[in-house]
Amino acid sequence: MSCCAPGAEVGLAGNAAISRDETLLASRDLGDGSVQTVLNVPDAHCGACITAIETTVGGLAGVETARLNLSTRRLTINWRPDRLDPSCIFAALAAAGYRSLLADPAQDGSDPVLRELLIALAVAGFAAGNIMLLSVSVWSGAEGATRDLFHWVSALIALPAIAFAGRPFFRPALAGLRARRLNMDVPISLGVTLAALMSLYETATHGPHAYFDAAVTLLFFLLVGRTLDHFMRERARSAVRALGRLAPGGAVVVDPGGSRRFVALAEIRPGMRLHVPAGERLPVDAVIRSGAGELDFSIVNGESAPVAARPGLAVPAGVMNLSGPIEAEAKARAADSFVAEMVRMMEAAESSRAGFRQLADRMAQNYAPVVHIMALGTFLFWLAMGAGWHMATLTAITVLIITCPCALALAVPIVQVVAAGRLFRDGVMVRSGAALEKLADADRAVFDKTGTLTAGRPVLVDAGRVDLGDLALAATLARASRHPFSQAIAAAGDGLPAADIGTIREIAGCGLEGTLDGRIVRLGQAGWAAAGTLRDHGEGGVALAVDGSVRARFDFADALREGAAEALAALRAAGIDSEILSGDEERRVAALAGRLKVARWQARATPAVKLARLAELAGAGHRPLMVGDGINDAPALAAAHVSFAPASAADVGRSAADFVFLKNDLRAIPRTVAVARRARRFILENFGLAIAYNLVAVPIAMAGYATPLIAAVAMSSSSILVTLNALRLNLGAADRPGHATRQRADATLAVASGGRRP
Amino acid sequence: MNLLLFLIPIALFLGALGLAAFIWSLKSGQYDDLDGAAWRVLEDDEDEAPRGPAQRNRVR
Repeated sequence: MSCCAPGAEVGLAGNAAISRDETLLASRDLGDGSVQTVLNVPDAHCGACITAIETTVGGLAGVETARLNLSTRRLTINWRPDRLDPSCIFAALAAAGYRSLLADPAQDGSDPVLRELLIALAVAGFAAGNIMLLSVSVWSGAEGATRDLFHWVSALIALPAIAFAGRPFFRPALAGLRARRLNMDVPISLGVTLAALMSLYETATHGPHAYFDAAVTLLFFLLVGRTLDHFMRERARSAVRALGRLAPGGAVVVDPGGSRRFVALAEIRPGMRLHVPAGERLPVDAVIRSGAGELDFSIVNGESAPVAARPGLAVPAGVMNLSGPIEAEAKARAADSFVAEMVRMMEAAESSRAGFRQLADRMAQNYAPVVHIMALGTFLFWLAMGAGWHMATLTAITVLIITCPCALALAVPIVQVVAAGRLFRDGVMVRSGAALEKLADADRAVFDKTGTLTAGRPVLVDAGRVDLGDLALAATLARASRHPFSQAIAAAGDGLPAADIGTIREIAGCGLEGTLDGRIVRLGQAGWAAAGTLRDHGEGGVALAVDGSVRARFDFADALREGAAEALAALRAAGIDSEILSGDEERRVAALAGRLKVARWQARATPAVKLARLAELAGAGHRPLMVGDGINDAPALAAAHVSFAPASAADVGRSAADFVFLKNDLRAIPRTVAVARRARRFILENFGLAIAYNLVAVPIAMAGYATPLIAAVAMSSSSILVTLNALRLNLGAADRPGHATRQRADATLAVASGGRRP
Repeated sequence: MNLLLFLIPIALFLGALGLAAFIWSLKSGQYDDLDGAAWRVLEDDEDEAPRGPAQRNRVR
């Protein structure tokens, strides 16, 4: 470990030996004796971080290259296992101030779908530009052989371009038809294909009108919408992924002979003896065999107070060991553990709410048949009028081109992309467009307590009461420990000068001990600190003692998350009542509910109780919004109409939630509700615009007056109109005085949540 | 008309050149890290060779 900075060793000494195996397990062999490892570095955020991280890691002996991708917050390192211990990489990053987590090798950084969309977009853009150039000459009066030449060149560009760039639409359209469903892609594909074929026929027969430009421009606009949509969603997804995982990828197993080895999660079998160092989570359900210390159950069942570990205690997977190493016997395989059971409950809950259909799909269901019937009607009408097959077909196809739902297909995604981009800047990740629609009609909020309404970590109460000298002394001791109480004291004593304490050691389950000028200083369980032995565990709180005499006592409380009261008030103003469903003790939940003025609360709620309550709300016609962070909340998050999870939530919770907020502030929730409601209004407005456009353009097409020039102008202008309307979402338009009455609820939300007001 | 026989191929060729350049830049990974690229351009590292050759890290 000689290469590591001395300061970094303290925090990592406990698991330095295992990192090597775990790292190699998650690495890819490059063949030439070096391996490639990908780390998530969630704290990297600017250019200085790039330089700091790349020089720190790149400077280590044995590292060949290190490159940080700032968009995905992933650091790719090529290094030689024979020349470097990987714990040095973690230690070096920690010393530079960055958390680093092994990325799952299964999550590849590249995104083939985005790449395909971008290439299709480029091809469509190239074709649209060139064909438009030729079309303008035709419109300005090119005739005879020149016009035919231009049409042929257009066909030469358009046909391959449509075949290539249209695939993102043709595939879902075919899949939809095969499943006997009409989606937006069906009229799009039909319109584009028919337009191209008809234009080809016109070109071959020296006709005056070819619609190649309309077909390709249409594809181009639609691809813009689809690419933006995908880009936004992928950005949110990778940001959530970069938060890393809370669940361990494996554990150290102690063989009967006493030797230790690192075993991957899937290979842990019941009966194996696991070694769990301080600060790590139990990988599977287990029974504690030896070791004294404290366990944090908060992410598992919402209980906020640490529980003392004792031999024989059964603990579910996900529980964190706070102090001192423990040994535990595995009771179940990973696939049968608590987390896996929650995932199963989650999947069951998710399948039961699959009934929700997005607004755009509902529109398409009605829109496509109407359009096709209109085209058919036009065809029959002209035929009946004796206009001949050619004229009737031509007019019917122009109706299809004109009604091709360009603006309609852009109406929803463009608003959702703008809304998601706005929320992204506010630190809220939107996991799907449907989530925004669902959030707009939420009318009841259900909150978990520990880790959601509260910060999930204790803070010192009345820090001012403690003498500054004592606080500095306590903080010096506390900095050596990872126990949440220690960290609370260290945080309270931040900035105070460090006392000159010699070797500090942590006694698991008791506290910290050190020597100052030959006297013994102890910080920990009050009884132990005074007497040096542990008597009544858990009583008397935490105390600081010098040579056995108590100098100060410390009280802790679970801190309220920032903006909790304001967030609930803002939700109430928006017509969303809140309630609390917690797994914690009655006393704590009642106190919190009183403080936040929440009338309805329930304590000791198991995951099944939470699910039942949500089902009850849904049965009563409510659309519940669930906010939670624990493993035990995951089924409820999946079952709720729409759900939020903080970035600190357990992995399963994060992947179940529709929204993940990265900042600690709970006011992000009412702000997101306000944006979602405005987004819904803009979507409806855009639908209105698109329908108004059709009302004007369709009669023109039916009458047979829609020349390629009119089609091009009408379609481009409607798409641009819809896009511009969506961009208004980025302005502070909700607070415009003229709209005040209609938008009172939204405006109240924005004010109460500190929203931007011009 | 004769002029067109030259001008149209030239216009198309130039357009295709731009398209090819875009596809090349996409395939060589230049759009993989837009946020990072915005910062890297401000960084002056004349005193040393680039630390991480992009080719090395591309997905193989």
